[in-house]
Amino acid sequence: MSILINKDTRVLVQGITGREGRFHAEQMQKYGTKIVAGVTPGKGGQEVLGVPVYDTVKEAVAQHAIDASIVFVPAAAAADAALESAHAGVPLVVLITEGIPTLDMVAAVKEIKELGVRLIGGNCPGLISAEESKLGIMPGHVFKKGRVGLISRSGTLTYEAAAALSDAGLGTTTTVGIGGDPIIGTTFKDLLPLFNEDPETEAVVVIGEIGGSDEEEAAAWVKEHMTKPVVGFIGGRSAPKGKRMGHAGAIIMGDVGTPESKLKAFAEADIPVADTIDEIVELVKQRLS
Amino acid sequence: MKLHEFQAKELLAQYGVPVPPGKVAYGPEEAERIAKDFGKQVVIKAQVHVGGRGKAGGVKLAQPEEAREVAGKVLGMDIKGLTVKKVLVAEAVDIAKEYYAGLIIDRSSQRAVLMVSKEGGVDIEEVARTHPEAIVKYPIDPHKGLRHFEAREVVKQAGLEGNLGRLANVIVQLYNAFKGVDASLAEINPLVVTEQGEIVAADAKIDLDDNALFRHPDLAKLREVEAEHPLEIEASNYGFAYVKLDGDVGVIGNGAGLVMYTLDLVNRAGGKPANFLDIGGGAKAEVVYNAVRLVAKDPDVKGIFINIFGGITRADEVAKGVIQALEEGLVKVPVVMRVAGTAEEEAKKLLEGKPIYLYPNSLEAAGAIVTMVGGAK
Repeated sequence: MSILINKDTRVLVQGITGREGRFHAEQMQKYGTKIVAGVTPGKGGQEVLGVPVYDTVKEAVAQHAIDASIVFVPAAAAADAALESAHAGVPLVVLITEGIPTLDMVAAVKEIKELGVRLIGGNCPGLISAEESKLGIMPGHVFKKGRVGLISRSGTLTYEAAAALSDAGLGTTTTVGIGGDPIIGTTFKDLLPLFNEDPETEAVVVIGEIGGSDEEEAAAWVKEHMTKPVVGFIGGRSAPKGKRMGHAGAIIMGDVGTPESKLKAFAEADIPVADTIDEIVELVKQRLS
Repeated sequence: MKLHEFQAKELLAQYGVPVPPGKVAYGPEEAERIAKDFGKQVVIKAQVHVGGRGKAGGVKLAQPEEAREVAGKVLGMDIKGLTVKKVLVAEAVDIAKEYYAGLIIDRSSQRAVLMVSKEGGVDIEEVARTHPEAIVKYPIDPHKGLRHFEAREVVKQAGLEGNLGRLANVIVQLYNAFKGVDASLAEINPLVVTEQGEIVAADAKIDLDDNALFRHPDLAKLREVEAEHPLEIEASNYGFAYVKLDGDVGVIGNGAGLVMYTLDLVNRAGGKPANFLDIGGGAKAEVVYNAVRLVAKDPDVKGIFINIFGGITRADEVAKGVIQALEEGLVKVPVVMRVAGTAEEEAKKLLEGKPIYLYPNSLEAAGAIVTMVGGAK
C-alpha cells in the first residue's frame, strides 16, 4: 500500500517533448511508472518513448484512462497547464516546474481545489511510492520499500533522508516533495491524514524548513488527530532573517517562519525534532520500538 | 525585487492613486531646482532599499531655499550599510490623519490579503505585534478581485474617517496595481487624509515577484545591481542561488534544502558560513568549477565545504569540476568534501590523491572544516 500513487497509476506527461519532460519521462518509465500518453500543444500525432502525444489534455483523456498528470511545462505556462489537466478531470496533478509567478499559483490553486483535484507542487520534486511508481524527478534507487511516510519541502534533503531510512532497513512507503514555493497545492497537513489511514505507513517524517507556517499547522493536526508517530526536521535553522535561502518560501519575514516557532509547535505536539539526517533514523527507530 | 519609493509612487499613480507631486534628484543643486519649481515646503527623502529611513535621519522637511543644504546632508548618508545616491523631493502634505493600507501574499489562506489600519505612519509590523486588533485583514478572491463594496466594508470596519468612497477607491487602485505589476507586497504608509480632506499616498512601497518579471521587462530593468553584493551579482550571472553571509566557511551544495542543512551543520559545529550556494539539479563539471571559483574569490572565505548528495546530479561530475578549479590554482584555502549518492564511487576514485579532505558524512565534514578555519567561535 501507499498513498496517492501505486504501480497501477496511469500517468500523462505534460511537456513530454521538451528536454526536461522527455528525460524524466524516460527515467520514470525505467522506474516502472505506467506512462500512457503525453501532451505538447502543436506536437499532437507524434510518438515519444513509445506513447502517443496529443495537442490537448482533453484529447488524451478521451483516448486513455488517466489517473495522474505530471507537468514539465515552462514557468510562464505551467499554472495554465495544471489547470488544463484539472478541468479535463485528471484527479491528481504534479507540478514540477520552478519559478512560476506567485499570483498565477494563487488563482490556479483556488480553482484546482474547487474542482476537487489534488495538486502537488509547484517547484517540487514530485512523489514516489517506493518500488512501485514515481511521478517526479528524484533518483529512484535510494527509495527502498518500507514502513515510513516522508513529506518534505526540500528535494535533495529528502533523497538523503530516504537513503538513510533505506540503509537502516526502515524504508519508505510514499515520499512527497510538496515544493519550496510560498503558494503550493498540497501542504503537510493535507497529507498527514492520508498517511494516518495508510495501513503500511507506520511512522511519518516531516522535513520542514524556515518560512511560512505549514509546520505549525501540521503540528496542530498531529496533536489533535494523528495516531502514528511523527518525527520532524527543520532546515535553515541558522539562516538570517529576511534572506531568501534558495527556495522562494524559505525566508523569515518579521516574526513569521522562525525556527523557534516551528520547534515550539513540534514540541507541543510531542513531535521529536532531529538535528541531523542520521538522527531522523534514530528517532524513527525509537518511536517505532 | 524591491522598488524605490519614487518608483512605487509612479506605478501607483498610473493606476489612479493620488500621490504628492515629486521628482528625483541626484545632487543638491538639482534638489534645490525641483523645490523652487514647487515653490513651497518640500520633503526630501533618501531613496535606498531599506526600511527605517526616517529614524535614520534620511527624511527631512525643507523650504525651497533650504533644499540644497538639506539634500546635501541626506545625499551620501549611510543608512544600514547603503549609501544614499538619490533623494525624492516631494511637496509636503498637510497631514490630518495617517492610515495604513497594504497587500501581501498570505501563505495560510493562499491568497492576497488586504490589510487596513487607522494606525498609519508607523511600522505596521510593530502594530501587528503590540495590538493586532488595530489591523483589519481581508483575503481577496483571486478570481473576483477586490470589489468596491468590499473595500468600503474594510475601510468602515477599520474605523477610517474621511470620504469612505474615495478611501475605498484608493484601496481598489492599490489592489489593481498589486495585481497588474505582479507584486509580492504593495503598501501605502501613511495613506494621508489632508487638512483639506484630500487623500494622498504620502509614502509607498512595492516589492515585485521575481518569478513574474518576465511579464514586466520595463520593471525588470529597474533592478539596481550596485545595491547587491558583487559576488551575488556574479552568482546570478551563472544562475546560482547564492547568498552572501558574514562568516568564513564557504558552503557549496546541490539543492536548497541540503545547502540550508549544511549551513546549520557548520553553525552547530561552532563555525560561521560565508555564503549559501546551491549549484542546482543535474550540474555538470563546468558549473561546479564556476561555483568553486566564485566562492574561492571571496576574501572572507578561509575554508570551503562542498556537500553533495548525488541524485540527478552526478557526484563524479562534481568531483571533476572541483579538481579542475584546484589544478588551476584558484583555491588557496582547505577544501572539505562529502559526496554520496549517484556516482559516489567514481567520484571518490577521481578525488583520490587530490588535495581535498574527504569525509564519509556531513557531520564529520562540518566539524573538520570548522577546525581548519580556526575552530569554534
